[in-house]
Amino acid sequence: MPGAAGSLGPVSASITVGVVTFPGSLDDRDAARAVRAAGVQVIRLWHGDADLHGVDAVVLPGGFSYGDYLRGGAIARFSSVVGEIVAAAGAGLPVLGICNGFQVLCEAHLLPGALVRNAGLRFVCRDQVLAVENPSTSWTNQYAAGEQILIPIKHGEGRYVADAVVLDELEQSGRVVFRYVGDNPNGALNNIAGIANEAGNVVGLMPHPEHAIDELTGPSSDGLTMFASLLKALVAA
Amino acid sequence: MTEVAQPFAELGLKDDEYQRILEILGRRPTDTELAMYGVMWSEHCSYKSSKVHLRQFADNAPSSEAMLVGIGENAGVVDVGDGLAVTFKVESHNHPSYVEPYQGAATGVGGIVRDILTMGARPIAVMDSLRFGEAEAPDTKRLVQGIVAGVGGYGNCLGLPNIGGEVGFDPTYAGNPLVNALCVGVLPHDRLQLAQAKGTGNVVILLGAKTGRDGIGGASVLASATFDDESPTKRPAVQVGDPFAEKVLIECCLELFDAGLVTGIQDLGAAGLSCAFAETAAHGDGGMHVELEKVPLREASMVPVEILTSESQERMLAIVEPANVAAVLALCEKWGALATVVGTVTDTGRLVITWHGETVVDVVPGSLADDGPVYHRPIQRPDLEQDALAADSSASLPRPSTGEALRETVLRMAASPELCSRRWVTEQYDRYVMGGTVLAMPHDGGVVRIGDDTSRGIALALDGNGRFAKLDPHDGAQLNLAEAYRNVACAGATPLAVTDCLNFGSPEDPAVMWQFAEATRGLAEACRALGTPVTGGNVSFYNQTGATAINPTPVIGVLAVLDDVAKRVPSGFGREGEHVIALGETADELDGSAWAWVMHGHLGGRPPAVRLDAERSLAALLRRAAADGLVASAHDLSEGGLAQAVVEAALINGVGATIEVIGDPFTSLFSESAARAIVTTDDAEALLALAGEHGVPATRLGVTGGDAVVVSDLFDLGLDELRAAFEGTLPALFG
Repeated sequence: MPGAAGSLGPVSASITVGVVTFPGSLDDRDAARAVRAAGVQVIRLWHGDADLHGVDAVVLPGGFSYGDYLRGGAIARFSSVVGEIVAAAGAGLPVLGICNGFQVLCEAHLLPGALVRNAGLRFVCRDQVLAVENPSTSWTNQYAAGEQILIPIKHGEGRYVADAVVLDELEQSGRVVFRYVGDNPNGALNNIAGIANEAGNVVGLMPHPEHAIDELTGPSSDGLTMFASLLKALVAA
Repeated sequence: MTEVAQPFAELGLKDDEYQRILEILGRRPTDTELAMYGVMWSEHCSYKSSKVHLRQFADNAPSSEAMLVGIGENAGVVDVGDGLAVTFKVESHNHPSYVEPYQGAATGVGGIVRDILTMGARPIAVMDSLRFGEAEAPDTKRLVQGIVAGVGGYGNCLGLPNIGGEVGFDPTYAGNPLVNALCVGVLPHDRLQLAQAKGTGNVVILLGAKTGRDGIGGASVLASATFDDESPTKRPAVQVGDPFAEKVLIECCLELFDAGLVTGIQDLGAAGLSCAFAETAAHGDGGMHVELEKVPLREASMVPVEILTSESQERMLAIVEPANVAAVLALCEKWGALATVVGTVTDTGRLVITWHGETVVDVVPGSLADDGPVYHRPIQRPDLEQDALAADSSASLPRPSTGEALRETVLRMAASPELCSRRWVTEQYDRYVMGGTVLAMPHDGGVVRIGDDTSRGIALALDGNGRFAKLDPHDGAQLNLAEAYRNVACAGATPLAVTDCLNFGSPEDPAVMWQFAEATRGLAEACRALGTPVTGGNVSFYNQTGATAINPTPVIGVLAVLDDVAKRVPSGFGREGEHVIALGETADELDGSAWAWVMHGHLGGRPPAVRLDAERSLAALLRRAAADGLVASAHDLSEGGLAQAVVEAALINGVGATIEVIGDPFTSLFSESAARAIVTTDDAEALLALAGEHGVPATRLGVTGGDAVVVSDLFDLGLDELRAAFEGTLPALFG
């Protein structure tokens, strides 16, 4: 395991991040590992919890929550824990939705737009270059503007779509956080890989930063910076 | 008074098998019993044609201290140190995948994952070996698209990384695609579970999905007979998968195991409840009483025969002490998994199944599970055909000799469906989930770390060249084992154990049985020579359409261990300026090669010589060099020979190489002699010395660097041109 890269010392000892497990979550343990790799304690949250156990931030991990029956994230948004998260996010709780977690955030209307079937109609797993378009969110403050990072993607329904008004608003207000560089892997509008809410505390993205925390098990360690950014945001707050 | 004849033939039973049932029971079987004997005594479940040959895997097994559970259980279990064990197995789902490609392949993955789970292990990775008809043939696209999507759809949704495997094309598989899925899992020694119903009064609980009408008779109807024109109508015999239900079942079962709440567990696969009741009872105290009406059904109108032979997926059978039943039900409730008490363990020595109070089955369970027929099928080498094949050597085929012709050959071969990039397939599989994947496609072996708190890992490779086995089933099986063994050794790992999936035609054909007997004999010998026992696997017969059998295709998986995954060796050239060294000896061995097939459509002659001693030395050298940090990359030489190996190693990271060939350029570039690899190193002298110590011939070939593969004095091939050729083929064919 990598050490406590990004640790900011004793101040961070009392900080906790909740990682949610729905039935069908797959990358929950990986997200927890990445959070710990950034030097932050993890509290596992169960989908039936109507209580966030005082966590300072939440990660909604990848997977197929409730089998993704109906649509990705469509059932998860009605879970007790997501109800709590929606309320807390409104009060500023940092929330990161990865892949299926991004779909849940869209279904729960914490983020606008939707994720639909990839343009190629196939599941795609590859190492993808992203550009960090907005380095001022809770989850990206340790990146440089325009920095290119290498993060795995793996999804069948990752094509970001929204109506023209929403897209305009996202672009104008700098809420497009990550963009695909090079080949667009899924046909996402404006090459959008991830977006933020207005306040910048809620971020959703299709790529998997938790699978880029060291060069042994991922294509880079670029993803670790996302969790280090969170720590920075929490310590600063 | 004459009795109405029973429909045993429709259930796949032969005359003499039916007579045996009458003798065993001392009466006519009930309809339900007859159906149970039909599925349990099918080729697929009883191994009646293969048993006598498979015995040699156990009888001649090399001694291995690592073996915790050997052949015969759901999967073999191998000690990997630190109190951890690994269990792995490969299994076929060929017939269902031809009838219904997506579901057939998906449930193939689901089935093998449950086999691993039932040993008490957390599944940690999957692999697949797929074979299709000619890439350009009209039906191939349907099968490739469906099967690849099915393997991916199920494995991705289960959250298991797919870390490698193989894809092959050959007209021999046109009516019989091969879908062989492998799963590997890890468990602490003390979590090992057994498929036994022990303890009179203990409770039998069915976990997971409801039982429906899907997959009824899958084992006897589909997997144990030859395809004919009727195949599409067999679709209801194919199971339908729900990976979400299986994911929940995995997490639920692992919590049950960790809490020590079950005394025995069995997955439901082929022959469904029939097999699970019969096997757990037979291998436990011998008695069980099942109240069949308690089984939750998808369709209320199902009758006992259907319930007992349904192959509905995502189900497990647990044996639980009465005091733990409430806790088991509560844990299942937490995960939203259905759990139903359906029976009890008894001391009667009989499996009694009642249906609303009426006894529909009353048999000795061992008669179903263990006393099936055993056949010594006739064996006959097809001398005319086999001798003609052996005589038809590739020596007479025109060989390229000029630089330009050699260049053209390398390029055409790299672009052929035979050898081109498998990216189109592997990009549809999640290789990252679980966070432990250290190497995956396109590297020689897949490597995963087996836990967060350890640096220990396992390596796996899966190989099954059917053309060498066609030329000589004995040597072909050995060459497949040697290739998989070499692949994991290239990754820097120590080979420990073997799993095999033996895909053959009809066992009722003496020529096919000759192939099978030769292949199993060869494999058992080679396992002994390499010190790697077979721990389990699967036989798939009846892979033929009409009278034409597939090429015999023994697919061999080798499991290996690495103490420190950080020392794994990738297959691609890493950076400029490394020395490229060839290990092993190259002879003029082109029969059955990719060159003969791709350039001339030729298959004949003798396969390359099997050199197991040389394989052992090479593997020992590769392992030592990896442990010492002496090699930056290692890639085995197999299909396509040195030329293809250099092309692949160069394209992985986009680092070219300049090499010179020694001796005849054509033979050097395209021969498929066994026991060879190329490695790159910063310290050529040290590597050559180490090779000398291990008795492995080693030759400097050149250095890495540049944006081309350059063969001195012969030709240059730019990486861009090579990449376009290598990567373009499958997307152009399959969309």
